[in-house]
Amino acid sequence: MTTLTLAKALNAGLRKALENDPKVLIMGEDVGKLGGVFRITDGLQKDFGEARVIDTPLAESGIVGTAIGLALRGYRPVCEIQFDGFVYPAADQIISQLAKMRYRSRGQLSLPVVIRIPCGGGIGAVEHHSESPEAIFAHTAGLRVVACGHAADAFAMIQQSISSDDPVIFFEPKRRYWDKGEVDAANGVAAALPLDRAKVALEGTDVTLLTYGPLVRTCLESALAARGDGRSIEVVDLRSLSPLDMDTIGASVRKTGRCVVAHEAPVYAGLGAEIATRITEQCFYQLEAPVLRVGGFATPYPPSRLEDYYLPDLDRILDAVDRTFGY
Amino acid sequence: MTVESGAATTAALTLNQPAPDTPDQAGEFIQLLTPEGERIDHPDYPLDLSAADIRSMYQDLVLVRTIDTVAISLQRQGELGIWASLLGQEAAQIGSGRALSPQDMVFPTYREHGVAWCRGIDPVKLLQLYRGVSHGGWDPAEHKFHLYTIVIGAQTLHATGYAMGIQRDGAVGGDQAEAVIAYFGDGATSQGDVNEAFVWASVFNAPVVFFCQNNQWAISEPLEKQSRIPLYQRARGFGFPGLRVDGNDVLACYAVTQKALQAAREGQGPTFIEAFTYRMGAHTTTDDPTRYRLASELEVWKLKDPIERVRAYLVRTGLAEPEFFAGVDAEAKQVGARVREACRTMPDPPPLAIFDHVYAEPTAILRAERQQYAAYLDSFEQEGAR
Repeated sequence: MTTLTLAKALNAGLRKALENDPKVLIMGEDVGKLGGVFRITDGLQKDFGEARVIDTPLAESGIVGTAIGLALRGYRPVCEIQFDGFVYPAADQIISQLAKMRYRSRGQLSLPVVIRIPCGGGIGAVEHHSESPEAIFAHTAGLRVVACGHAADAFAMIQQSISSDDPVIFFEPKRRYWDKGEVDAANGVAAALPLDRAKVALEGTDVTLLTYGPLVRTCLESALAARGDGRSIEVVDLRSLSPLDMDTIGASVRKTGRCVVAHEAPVYAGLGAEIATRITEQCFYQLEAPVLRVGGFATPYPPSRLEDYYLPDLDRILDAVDRTFGY
Repeated sequence: MTVESGAATTAALTLNQPAPDTPDQAGEFIQLLTPEGERIDHPDYPLDLSAADIRSMYQDLVLVRTIDTVAISLQRQGELGIWASLLGQEAAQIGSGRALSPQDMVFPTYREHGVAWCRGIDPVKLLQLYRGVSHGGWDPAEHKFHLYTIVIGAQTLHATGYAMGIQRDGAVGGDQAEAVIAYFGDGATSQGDVNEAFVWASVFNAPVVFFCQNNQWAISEPLEKQSRIPLYQRARGFGFPGLRVDGNDVLACYAVTQKALQAAREGQGPTFIEAFTYRMGAHTTTDDPTRYRLASELEVWKLKDPIERVRAYLVRTGLAEPEFFAGVDAEAKQVGARVREACRTMPDPPPLAIFDHVYAEPTAILRAERQQYAAYLDSFEQEGAR
């Protein structure tokens, strides 16, 4: 085991993927000499060359569109979108091309493209640098959407995503890039949990807290704080947002009878809505209270001096947990 | 939008005028066969085609026009949901399509029926998309002809990325060198994706030929709504050669495409070809060109018909006998009848095919939806049986 930051774990995972498969490419803005604005691809161009770690022109649609062409030629491109709010220029290529090519070709074409997107707020950034657009991609059939919450998952999940024959939208919680964790970097990913499975991050008995990405840590901290009040919270890290692992989710909620979904993205028409509905359909008789949601408001992301009010924190999460005991 | 003053109105109108120094949009182009069927030489494009080659080109031109005509009828009869006609663009497509080597890769729009023909795709397969039984219809790898792309210009980036893959495979230069050709129209040149494809192809020196069929109309919008300069001149700004060819001249389209593809295969990077042609029909069968263009314009272009000039050339030079033309007409009839019949008898896919091929392996959610829907459909059958 090695202690790595989430950022270094991603870097190590990308390095492994480049080593293991000559068809793997990295492409994006500033991913070469600079190593990306968050240094996730640091040193990779130096070791694997400019043909495999490609500094692209500054156009997101171009990045994804040419990645599709490279994938049609047999390559496995990993695209970096510099910030969440910059993915929209590539929306057509992702939603109308990347996601639909397998279906369009009735299975003859597969596009093993990974699109890495640093997501979420909490770093005091200007507009367009703090968004959580996962629901848009989860709503798009043909894409896998995943979010890592800590270093070990970052290391394994990026490699699993690159191995996937489906296109994967890979969300990285940018405010957790510098969080350290234990990573089994020496071993491969064969022993890792499959990419489409959720994981019980902390066992509990009274209420299930479902979350992913940047809020995994917040929810774990909330659960630890709640112990002081004698409340046992089970935290489930969803990891895969499309498809959803309803088996793991259902098992937890049936056990606890209460559920709160927490994400940074706006609650309105967010992933929490889909999850809450499915839980209601599948666990109706085990539920002691309605499934509650905590998340961003139905507003654009606010200026950063207000983001601490906007982002779900320990208090807002525990407030929702408390409310599930009010029914 | 409200206009606040007369001055604003004038300014808005002025913005829609061509730039004062705009050259004539028709201008000069590379031509090897005049509309009258006269063969002319061009110093940069010597062409050594046998009589059999030219007869074969003529045959292709006639057959794809026949298929197109049959498809329009099939749409009118309710057998196709829609059809995008290639009428008038046969030479641009057959000329460029026949210039391709087997190893080259094609990224078409939804109108490249002539190029598809050159790649050996059964026209019946093209109808699947327009009939609504498939979003695709053929194996792109088998024909080295990608599926039709409907979003305007998106495929130019796929073509460029594919060409970057060719570079990484070391398939530039040498006997087995490969190139890519991306098709698109005049309207597409306004798309961001097309301009991004030009930037990428240029800075990476990708082996891709951008083949723009300027058919003068993007549905109802004439070329001057897209550009103040001739399209081929834009290539210069991106850093690669652009040229204009008579898009109704199959020989010229063949010659310029062949040369551009060869340059790409040899590592000389991209070329932009503007094939100056005319959409003689509607944009698609749902369109009504009488609302936005004059019939007299079509009459002018009819005199430049891409097929008639080849026929005139073959007749004048004695390279084809009347029996040849009769044979082509008979074959066209046969192909048309076969396409018509195959379309009418084309079965719908089974309803549960909706759920196939979304992912490499179906997800649990998809499996559940499929199962529930199958049970729901079965419940009707059981009801009917009672």
